[in-house]
Amino acid sequence: MSPASHKIDPPLAILAELTHRCPLQCPYCSNPLELERSSAELKTEEWCRVLDEAAALGVLQVHFSGGEPMARKDLPALVRRATERGLYSNLITSAVLLNERTLAELIEAGIEHVQVSFQDAEPGGGDLIGGYRGGHAKKLAAARLVFASGLPLTLNFVVHRLNLERLPEMIALAEELGARRIEVAHVQYYGWGLSNRDALLPSRAQLDESTVTVEAARTRLAGRMVIDYVVPDYYASRPKACMGGWARRFMNISPSGKALPCHAAESLPGFDFPSVRQHSLAEIWNHSPAFERFRGTAWMPEPCKSCDRREIDWGGCRCQAFALTGDASRTDPACALSPDHAVMEQAIEASRGAAKPFTYRRIRAEAWAD
Amino acid sequence: MSDGAVPRFPRGVRFQFDAVRETWVVQAPERLFVPDEQAAEILKLVDGARTIDAIVDELAARYAAPREVIAGDVGDMLRDLAAKGALAL
Repeated sequence: MSPASHKIDPPLAILAELTHRCPLQCPYCSNPLELERSSAELKTEEWCRVLDEAAALGVLQVHFSGGEPMARKDLPALVRRATERGLYSNLITSAVLLNERTLAELIEAGIEHVQVSFQDAEPGGGDLIGGYRGGHAKKLAAARLVFASGLPLTLNFVVHRLNLERLPEMIALAEELGARRIEVAHVQYYGWGLSNRDALLPSRAQLDESTVTVEAARTRLAGRMVIDYVVPDYYASRPKACMGGWARRFMNISPSGKALPCHAAESLPGFDFPSVRQHSLAEIWNHSPAFERFRGTAWMPEPCKSCDRREIDWGGCRCQAFALTGDASRTDPACALSPDHAVMEQAIEASRGAAKPFTYRRIRAEAWAD
Repeated sequence: MSDGAVPRFPRGVRFQFDAVRETWVVQAPERLFVPDEQAAEILKLVDGARTIDAIVDELAARYAAPREVIAGDVGDMLRDLAAKGALAL
């Protein structure tokens, strides 16, 4: 830990990844390739302390996520603690464990919003991608319960080559289920997504068609439903402002208590990410070298350093820079100004042609070896 | 121009003072809006009972500005927030 050299704005939100356990096995899961075991997970009291510290630090929203956060029996207790501390509680769930009883417990504890993930608009595709038979039907039932309770409901659709043709049906499903918001998020290619990129990356034509569909739906549903749309970087000419900039707005807490500037940061070598078991959130946010490493603009190489967009996109994504160039401190190759931009075109080339097989997200055998 | 609509914050949306940042914020599902001072004064009058007209009357009585100017600003701001899903009109 080092002394803070300047005033740092507190984080707006934390992503509390309560567990890596999940009944689903989506091949683009945002969890790391090395999944954490349940025995390593933070205990209830430890999460409660994290929530207390988050509120004191200035965090406004807590996103309870995973894995499947409802796999933790103490989720209602954690939501209650967040509510007591004035935090806005959001549940990000596959919803296959959500029923009348578990929903009632969460509402009683103060949950304010539920985001239900769907893997497709229809059961065949949904259950195939999730690797969980009957999952789609459970999600439909759960989403109806959330709507009936009066809680705001978001439907999240991760889209890719294998399901994009059904995007209009996905939007229609969100309307039918009474969602106030939809996220149409193209797969982001890190970790599991990157290892399945050849099977999942859409073509330029598919991407363009999905953008047209989203724009038309936004116009048609204006004032009734908000549509958030996330595109894949591979066809972009400017990178996304990943996480709104490294350690500027968000903190991610892994199941075992590692504090990360984003959920993929553990893929970066040479970092010693601090644990909430040893340090307070305020210490971590304000003084940890890992959070300082890419914060702001001082770390930037050219062409970022002199770019007039350096405080718009913050150099793009550090994990993508590392995954595609081997160096986390390079300009995100998604940027057309990056000297490495050609790797994006090469990836598109590699994914062309007939459908490729994908690998499910599973706890790998070696991850179980002590 | 008159507007009898009653704006309110729907479930899952909170308008609150953030003591750490010393500013008013609107928290919505996975969204956060930071209204400027003028917008915050309008939102403080959103209570699920007042009509837009009543809000405009109140602000017109408080500030030395033409009522139609205030009505335009209030309508624009509330419609914008409603389009973002953070207000019911």
